[in-house]
Amino acid sequence: MEKILEVKDLELSFHTFAGEVKAIRGVNFDLLKGETLAIVGESGSGKSVTTKSIMRLLPEHSSEFKNGEILFNGKDLTKLTDKEMQKIRGKDISMIFQDPMTSLNPTMPIGKQIMEPILKHRKVSKSEARKVSIDLLRLVGMPKPEARMKQYPHQFSGGQRQRIVIAIALACNPQILIADEPTTALDVTIQAQILELMKDLQKKIDTSIIFITHDLGVVANVADRVAVMYGGRIVEIGTVDEIFYNPQHPYTWGLLSSMPSLDTAEEKLYAIPGTPPDLLHPPKGDAFALRSDYALKIDLEEAPPFFKISDTHYAATWLLHPNAPQVEPPVAIVERMKKYPGSRYYEGTEGGAY
Amino acid sequence: MAKYITRRVIYMFITFFLIATATFFLMKALPGSPISSASKLSPSQLAIVEAKYGLDEPVPVQYGKYMLNLAKGDLGNSFQFKNASVTELIVKRLGPSFILGSQGLILGVTIGIMLGMIAALRQNTIWDYGSTLIAIVGISIPSFVFATFLQYWLGVKWGILPVALWKDGWLSSVMPSIALAMGPLATASRFIRTEMVEVLSSDYITLAKSKGASGFEVAFKHAFRNALIPLVTVLGPLAAGLLTGSLVIEQIFAIPGIGEQFVKSIMSNDYSIIMGTTLFFSAFLIVVIFVVDILYGIIDPRIRLSGGNN
Repeated sequence: MEKILEVKDLELSFHTFAGEVKAIRGVNFDLLKGETLAIVGESGSGKSVTTKSIMRLLPEHSSEFKNGEILFNGKDLTKLTDKEMQKIRGKDISMIFQDPMTSLNPTMPIGKQIMEPILKHRKVSKSEARKVSIDLLRLVGMPKPEARMKQYPHQFSGGQRQRIVIAIALACNPQILIADEPTTALDVTIQAQILELMKDLQKKIDTSIIFITHDLGVVANVADRVAVMYGGRIVEIGTVDEIFYNPQHPYTWGLLSSMPSLDTAEEKLYAIPGTPPDLLHPPKGDAFALRSDYALKIDLEEAPPFFKISDTHYAATWLLHPNAPQVEPPVAIVERMKKYPGSRYYEGTEGGAY
Repeated sequence: MAKYITRRVIYMFITFFLIATATFFLMKALPGSPISSASKLSPSQLAIVEAKYGLDEPVPVQYGKYMLNLAKGDLGNSFQFKNASVTELIVKRLGPSFILGSQGLILGVTIGIMLGMIAALRQNTIWDYGSTLIAIVGISIPSFVFATFLQYWLGVKWGILPVALWKDGWLSSVMPSIALAMGPLATASRFIRTEMVEVLSSDYITLAKSKGASGFEVAFKHAFRNALIPLVTVLGPLAAGLLTGSLVIEQIFAIPGIGEQFVKSIMSNDYSIIMGTTLFFSAFLIVVIFVVDILYGIIDPRIRLSGGNN
């Protein structure tokens, strides 16, 4: 499939009073046309920063691209001027934010807010833009869109506001839609509605989606591929099935184990011990080594390269090195792997789901 | 909305009544009387004159009479000026004060907003520091010091503007207006800067940027209106500051304004003028505060004006 976005060796730092925070330390991934790529990871892993750097929405005076490139249709976004970037934002790449309660301008009618990118990027008249906006509102499932164009954000519920934000993001049929935890601030039933809406719209307008979340349930629901981020790096990337049923990185094991499940009799929910690494002084080797039960000596010395598991599945852990000792993943993970044909614990078809 | 306004107007009258009452008794508590401070009369003569003006009656009775006249719209006659009604005197003196006050307010707030915007948009640069410096100077240097400074340079040394008096038409109002503008300028620039910095870091600004809006559009179409509320809040007190500020400024520039007359009247215990001017000032402030509340609703649709019962 056609690549629409390539992020290569991206490194980005923030300059703070305390010093240089290396928020992204060499991130590589591709986004294919029409797919949904989920980026998961805990707070501070760099997932939001990665996507904000694609949009170039980070504060300019304090953030700095240290290395790498972000290729969008062959153009390196890190090199564009502000003016050139403004032409891409909202038109080719647009974004949905985490908290719909704060992401709309409280003093501007929502109609005007939806019309803004249309008037900006398409050569249309005001009345035409109005019509498009009403259609968009209808598309995202807003009842009585004509009447609601004049209303202000505070007159809408959280779910409705997120629908409006989605309408704004879709206004110019973007090629890439970045959704930064779009359902985190919503309650569960509304979450499901918004996710359904997004999946539905993706089919209709054929856009690629980068979906940032820390909710693995959401990932399983929407994503085609998953990238797991930790300490400013991607540690494992693969298709949804590969990540969920044949995970290789100890951090992915930890993430999956800390997901509540109805299948196990275990009452205690697993939590990954320790805290995320301090990116002011990033650790030398594998950033996860200090919290990992499976750390090898080399993990503390040298960062692991990506090892290939399949054409679509890569993981950065020394455990995959031919000379590494064989380790047993946690029981819950082994249970998962038993259901996956490609894994070493595969037990055949009687397992159930697969 | 109509219900809200009716309620507010009733409250405004109650406030006005309370201010009138408080001022009356406070004023009466001042030592001396208009007659005793103005002339050298023997005690018996004084008693006769006081009786003539009703000043010998008990204070509550005087209060009752005054309030009755006030209800009829009669503010009484001045003690200092012969046969001059207080209303006439105030109206005559109002013109210069109004010109100075409004010019000062508009000038100060406009420049203040611009400085604040520049400071917020160019955070931690020389522009920001420069604007902060101007604000600090504006707040810490009293308007009369600034006025004297202006008089010396613009009036005496360079001779561009008249030093004082109210004789050269609009030119006479320039220096006092600038002196008056310093306070509002400093306040406005600080409020706008602080609020703009806050607003510019909010989510909806990021969203506006993600739509492809330029820096200018983000600042003026999205951020500015949201940053206005705190400034509107202090507009009331700011207007009050201009009124009291003008008392001093009018003295310095020898301008026949209402402030100058007010100060003189307090010196000479001219009861009716003190009352009249105070009531006029309070009426003005009450109206300003009301207008500010209406402005809130216009600027921010979330602040809904309602009758209180619903």
